[in-house]
Amino acid sequence: MDPATIEAHGLTTDEYRKVLDILGREPTLTELGIFSVMWSEHCSYKSSRIHLKRLPTEGPQVVQGPGENAGAVAIGDGLAAVFKIESHNHPSFIEPYQGAATGVGGIIRDIFTMGARPIALLNSLRFGALDDPATRRLVDGVVAGIAGYGNSIGIPTVGGEVDFDPSYAGNPLVNVFCLGVAKVDQLAKGLASGAGNPVYYVGAKTGRDGIHGATMASAEFDENSAENRPAVQVGDPFMEKLLLEACLEVMKSDALVGIQDMGAAGLTCSTCEMGARGDAGIEIDVSLVPQRETGMNAYEIMLSESQERMLLVAQRGREAEVEAIFEKWDLHAARIGEVTGDGLLRVKHAGEVVAEIPNRPLADQAPLYDRPTTRPEYLEEVQRFDESALEPSPDLGRVWLDLLGAPSIASRRWIYRQYDHMVRTNTIALPGLGAAVVRVKGTDRALAFSVDGNGRYCFLDPMEGGRLAVAEAARNVACAGAQPIGATNCLNFGNPERPEIMWQFAQAVDGIAEACSALGIPITGGNVSLYNETEGQAVYPTPVLGVVGVIEDASQVLTRAFPAADLDVVLLGEATGGLGGSEYLKRMHRLVRGRPVPVALVRERALQALLVELVAERLIGSAHDCAEGGVAITLAECCIDGRVGAVVDLPPAGPADGLMAARALFGEAPTRVVVSVLPGNRDQLLSKARAAGVPAAVIGRTGGPRVTIGVAEEMVADVGLDDAELAWSLGLTRHFERAAS
Amino acid sequence: MKFAIIEFPGSNCDHDAYHAAKHVLGQQAAFVWHKDAGLGGADAVVLPGGFSYGDYLRTGAIARFSPVMESVREFAAGGGPVIGICNGFQVLLEAGLLEGALLCNRRLKFLCQHVHVRVEQTDTPFTGAAQLGQVLSLPIAHGEGSYHAPPETLEALEANRQVIFRYCSEEGGLQDAANPNGSLAAVAGICNPERNVVGLMPHPERACESALGSEDGRVVLESVVAAVAA
Repeated sequence: MDPATIEAHGLTTDEYRKVLDILGREPTLTELGIFSVMWSEHCSYKSSRIHLKRLPTEGPQVVQGPGENAGAVAIGDGLAAVFKIESHNHPSFIEPYQGAATGVGGIIRDIFTMGARPIALLNSLRFGALDDPATRRLVDGVVAGIAGYGNSIGIPTVGGEVDFDPSYAGNPLVNVFCLGVAKVDQLAKGLASGAGNPVYYVGAKTGRDGIHGATMASAEFDENSAENRPAVQVGDPFMEKLLLEACLEVMKSDALVGIQDMGAAGLTCSTCEMGARGDAGIEIDVSLVPQRETGMNAYEIMLSESQERMLLVAQRGREAEVEAIFEKWDLHAARIGEVTGDGLLRVKHAGEVVAEIPNRPLADQAPLYDRPTTRPEYLEEVQRFDESALEPSPDLGRVWLDLLGAPSIASRRWIYRQYDHMVRTNTIALPGLGAAVVRVKGTDRALAFSVDGNGRYCFLDPMEGGRLAVAEAARNVACAGAQPIGATNCLNFGNPERPEIMWQFAQAVDGIAEACSALGIPITGGNVSLYNETEGQAVYPTPVLGVVGVIEDASQVLTRAFPAADLDVVLLGEATGGLGGSEYLKRMHRLVRGRPVPVALVRERALQALLVELVAERLIGSAHDCAEGGVAITLAECCIDGRVGAVVDLPPAGPADGLMAARALFGEAPTRVVVSVLPGNRDQLLSKARAAGVPAAVIGRTGGPRVTIGVAEEMVADVGLDDAELAWSLGLTRHFERAAS
Repeated sequence: MKFAIIEFPGSNCDHDAYHAAKHVLGQQAAFVWHKDAGLGGADAVVLPGGFSYGDYLRTGAIARFSPVMESVREFAAGGGPVIGICNGFQVLLEAGLLEGALLCNRRLKFLCQHVHVRVEQTDTPFTGAAQLGQVLSLPIAHGEGSYHAPPETLEALEANRQVIFRYCSEEGGLQDAANPNGSLAAVAGICNPERNVVGLMPHPERACESALGSEDGRVVLESVVAAVAA
């Protein structure tokens, strides 16, 4: 094999030597292609695996940990919540609509492959600054793509998060999360076993689209990246809807041995992984694979990433049953091979063997790198932050309105109303009101879930950023009244071959691991997306956490909206935040500096447990955590959504300098939640907080047409509810309505 | 009574309609696969929302050729109550059981939100239990819901009192701002001249339980239960 071909496949000299060792001979071109995709960063996690091992993955509730198509946790009544998050960053930059759409399609397949009925979607998005027309084009396309796929297939997109920062201009992040529900004893596995059992291919025909998509996702972008367009696939949600229904029907019978979707690296990855998990061989003839183009060779068929395709292993003798179910849905199950006992992935083309690779080494002996790490030099500079050099803002009311209209904070309605968020009639909390909440029909329970991450925090302090992401996602779930029980993560970073990036990665993983352990939330799977970098400019290190929680009584679910006037408003947690890394600092002073306030995990756990208790005992009417923009933004959001004002007085924050009021209003810190107290429960709430060791202070009362905040009994900001709502509701929309006109 | 819920490939509100009919209203309900002939002795037929055949070609354009549509046509011709919700409305229009067409929303985006609709007529099997002028809070979720018809068709619809739901403000006013998709005459739902076939874009089946934010949709399904019992 000539060196240029090897290099073009992204394999290093050492990796190629390993291929020779495994095969005991030179690979064929098809075999080289198979190794190159299986050992790509995207499929093999070769740079990240060594770190991911540090994540806690066990707990009594864990039914399926990492390693399968998705993780699963028990939620009671013999049911499991099956969920995972995945990135589709690279394809979405090249072709926003299809990149995002096929990301949704891929994560949905991961969930129903487990035997679960998908019931909800979330997404976590990052784009460049909104005043850049290129950003608006990306946002428009990505949102339309998510909507186009999710709406059509009929799975509600019930929430998510989005942020904007120039660091994502060349590399938007599109992370999609899917949640399904399955019976614990009916979870399906992605394995092949039983020599002689037939191997079926079902779904869309194979074309030349997406060949080497996994390899593309494992490299940086350069100025020619737009030429990669053929490496992006085109989604067909209608086909996937048929596949979803047919596969769930097949799984109800015991005629099925194993099933896996063809995602990244297509037929290669599904055959190899199913064989490796079942410790079996698989023999297929690619000439039997339904093809939509003529003249495709084995290399192309094995590496195609055409969407909406599934690989199944059925029980021998039950073929007719399986085939009949697919026929009902107008799908043709093509028998392309069978399970063998020799442990080899044998690929034939019209009878002739074109590849023969031992499954286990191909899947399990992928290269593993402990890449060098170096603390980046920029940290020294950005962490040095002298607050006293800031010019105090004279009019905090105006700052407040400005922050409410900031793209990072403003209402997301323009986005989520493009998503069908109500189909399946389970959506208890509408988008924009905190964690997403869907009820589980047939039970009294509901599931609350949230995706969160703050790239700026992580950029300023990667380990703390990881801890904060876990804490925030779990806190959002707890605010709805749900007990967090499991998590999935999507780790979006730059080029791992740069020691500074690898350091960020390792630190963030450490932070996530520590927080998950401390909060008792195991990670059941996830995704790593590296090389989010264009011409040497990496994105902010952005770990996104998806946390799932369960609430026993769906009728108790809370949102952030103040439910009525004349309720006491209580701040749970320390009153004081910091300006380091804050939205205020970025927006008002154009600074990304300082360090985020660290999370004290023992206190965080106590706060979350207290919230679950307060909701279960129906003592509070709303709960909302303090995130970007601090207490002032939290209060405004509770008021706007509840259509009721409030008058609040906060304790002084830090030294009595010109910035004291700004710190009190807009300072950011974790482990803080604003709740409204249902009438007559104040003393009980305060005593429960005391018993839990959670600071709690009555800071004001709901009511009136204005939101007014004082600090140490001196009024510092006062805005009309209507003005606040106007600023907040137009902050995002105005960028698109202007673009449209 | 018994509801037949037609399932086309790509229907995705079929389970929602089933849940509302069976578990919320406590009536019988059965799915009818689009390739089946016959409606299983149903008293009312629901064509649910979704993306039948992926909305490919044109919304509802392929589903109307499904074998079951022959049975639906016969059932309707015999005076049986038929309701098409969202994509089901689109199918009824394509099938010629109702008149007019649904175009892209005026701002071209898919819209999912609660809207208000005013009950314009109460002498149909799906509005009999409602008050004339009653304002309902119902969700919409569609990209192509802007009702259009030639002027003479629209005039005939109005003359025959076939417009049965209109988009309106919370108070029942017909301001343009309350019309989410640009439908002519703010039309949200219509019926056939015989009044037994109804199509509407909003989703009453999504608004049958307080946990989902509105129970206003129940009156639509309760109307047909009452009509069948009468």
